[in-house]
Amino acid sequence: MTSTLRSDLAAIAEAIPPNARVLDIGCGDGALLEHLAATRNVDGRGLELSQQNVNACVARGLSVVQGDADTDLGDYPAQVFDVVILSQTIQATRSPKTVLAQLLRIGKLTAVSFPNFGHWRVRLSLLVNGRMPQTKTLGYSWHETPNIHLCTIADFVALTREAGGEVQSALALSEDGHTGPMQPYAWGPNLFAEGAIFFLKSKNAPTA
Amino acid sequence: MAETANPKFLRPVLAPDVDPGHAITFAAPLMLDAGRELSPVTVAYMTYGTLNAQKSNAVLLCHALTGDQFAASQHPVTGKPGWWSTLVGPGKPIDTDRFFVICTNVLGGCMGTTGPAEIDPTTGEPFGLSFPVVTIKDMVRAQAMLIDALGIDQLLCVVGGSMGGMQVLQWAASYPERVIAAIPIATAANHSAQNIAFHEVGRQAIMADPDWKGGAYQLDDTQPSKGLAVARMAAHITYLSEAALQRKFGRNLQDRNAISFGFGPDFQIESYLHHQGMTFVDRFDANSYLYITRAMDYFDLAADYGGVLAEAFRGSKTRFCIVSFSSDWLFPPIENKHVAHALNAAAANVSFVEIATDRGHDAFLLEEPEMFATVRGFLNSVAANHGVK
Repeated sequence: MTSTLRSDLAAIAEAIPPNARVLDIGCGDGALLEHLAATRNVDGRGLELSQQNVNACVARGLSVVQGDADTDLGDYPAQVFDVVILSQTIQATRSPKTVLAQLLRIGKLTAVSFPNFGHWRVRLSLLVNGRMPQTKTLGYSWHETPNIHLCTIADFVALTREAGGEVQSALALSEDGHTGPMQPYAWGPNLFAEGAIFFLKSKNAPTA
Repeated sequence: MAETANPKFLRPVLAPDVDPGHAITFAAPLMLDAGRELSPVTVAYMTYGTLNAQKSNAVLLCHALTGDQFAASQHPVTGKPGWWSTLVGPGKPIDTDRFFVICTNVLGGCMGTTGPAEIDPTTGEPFGLSFPVVTIKDMVRAQAMLIDALGIDQLLCVVGGSMGGMQVLQWAASYPERVIAAIPIATAANHSAQNIAFHEVGRQAIMADPDWKGGAYQLDDTQPSKGLAVARMAAHITYLSEAALQRKFGRNLQDRNAISFGFGPDFQIESYLHHQGMTFVDRFDANSYLYITRAMDYFDLAADYGGVLAEAFRGSKTRFCIVSFSSDWLFPPIENKHVAHALNAAAANVSFVEIATDRGHDAFLLEEPEMFATVRGFLNSVAANHGVK
């Protein structure tokens, strides 16, 4: 099953302890939740914007609610999930800082994956062509992209601090789907990683 | 099993020769929200499928305002298939080859469960308006008595739409440890002002009918058919949607080529509503309609929990699947979603789906493939988690 999982999701799945209570925000078709239920016996929940995706998830036996990360996270009590996951979604939220603060509040551990707009090819594309970059992972033209709040790895590190979180660990995502550990504060990954996965904790969270 | 009706006072719906299915009469009094005790209490019910040895495959269906226990079998009065026979049966989403399905007639109903049309043993006459006002919680209490009597500790799932959904929510709140999974459909945690308003129109229509006789119409062997039919007509509009009415009827004329410049049923929609009203009075008791609509009006689940709905589900281990319909304006998706939000706030396990349809509130009774897939998938998953084959 792991082979069918998107590489960032597979890497996140590796970090989730068995029997954990997990909330997957923007869970899409539920692939990660299904994988986690089958392989790690997690108590998985999903929040998904697309009603079609939600209906498909529920028909597959997953616990998913139709909702919007920007507006609906306030409902959840603090520290109620062992892991909260936001994969390839933060760049599409209206208020990434609020959303990130909510994730840190709800989850004991927060996993966020996102495309790195600081990758050299993106930078070069803008420099050479003078037009908003379109890449394999970010294939939309500027006027129709749902990705309204793209960021670089350095931007995300800064946002984490502003939202009251601290980085536990980070993984670089490469073009071919490989993941590897990275130094979140170094300049190298921000230039060479196509994407990143961050594991965060709230600075204010009570220690377990 | 049917108790013999006193031939002096004919029940409007349940003639002595109509078999209400199974029934159990409880001598122990039922303490009602109104502060009165009711005894004896008879609960009429139907079952489909077989209870397994572990008694772990029981599914309780809760019916809506004008439903009854005949969810998946022919109605003894109308001869029509059960109101949920598309959803419940062998191989169907609620699969009676796997699950033991129970459906009771609600307290205050008119298909064999104790209600205003039954004989008050203290007077020997029909209760009429001396029947106590009952609540959704009282209905659920009566159901719990039956579930106890059947020797079932836990229900694998409680399912219901509209008022049935209210009962589902009440079950989950009142007996969280007895409800493994819950499917509230097209419902709300309280009855809105608009819904109370429509119910009041219906009740006033019944009470304005001279044949209602202050609720004592059985003594004269009559019933307020006209008033009850008008109540049904008004209510039926709320079960549909503007788009569906337009699609099905538009401004089409009924059996004529031109408007008649009179007040006969010129339009197909008028004829349709008349038919709905006329057929309803053959299978429903007017006083039951008053009592059950009142029970819905009084429903406000959060009120018992300091006004905070999430508190009704605090610590609940029940798995919820809330189903709503996009064109339902009686119990709109947003009201269903409020319940989902409250469940999230209680950290409960909840799914929420909104089915796109133009068929309005009544969609929950119709062939809706997405609802069927949702119910089937959810129930399969719940059954698998609890070792029910």
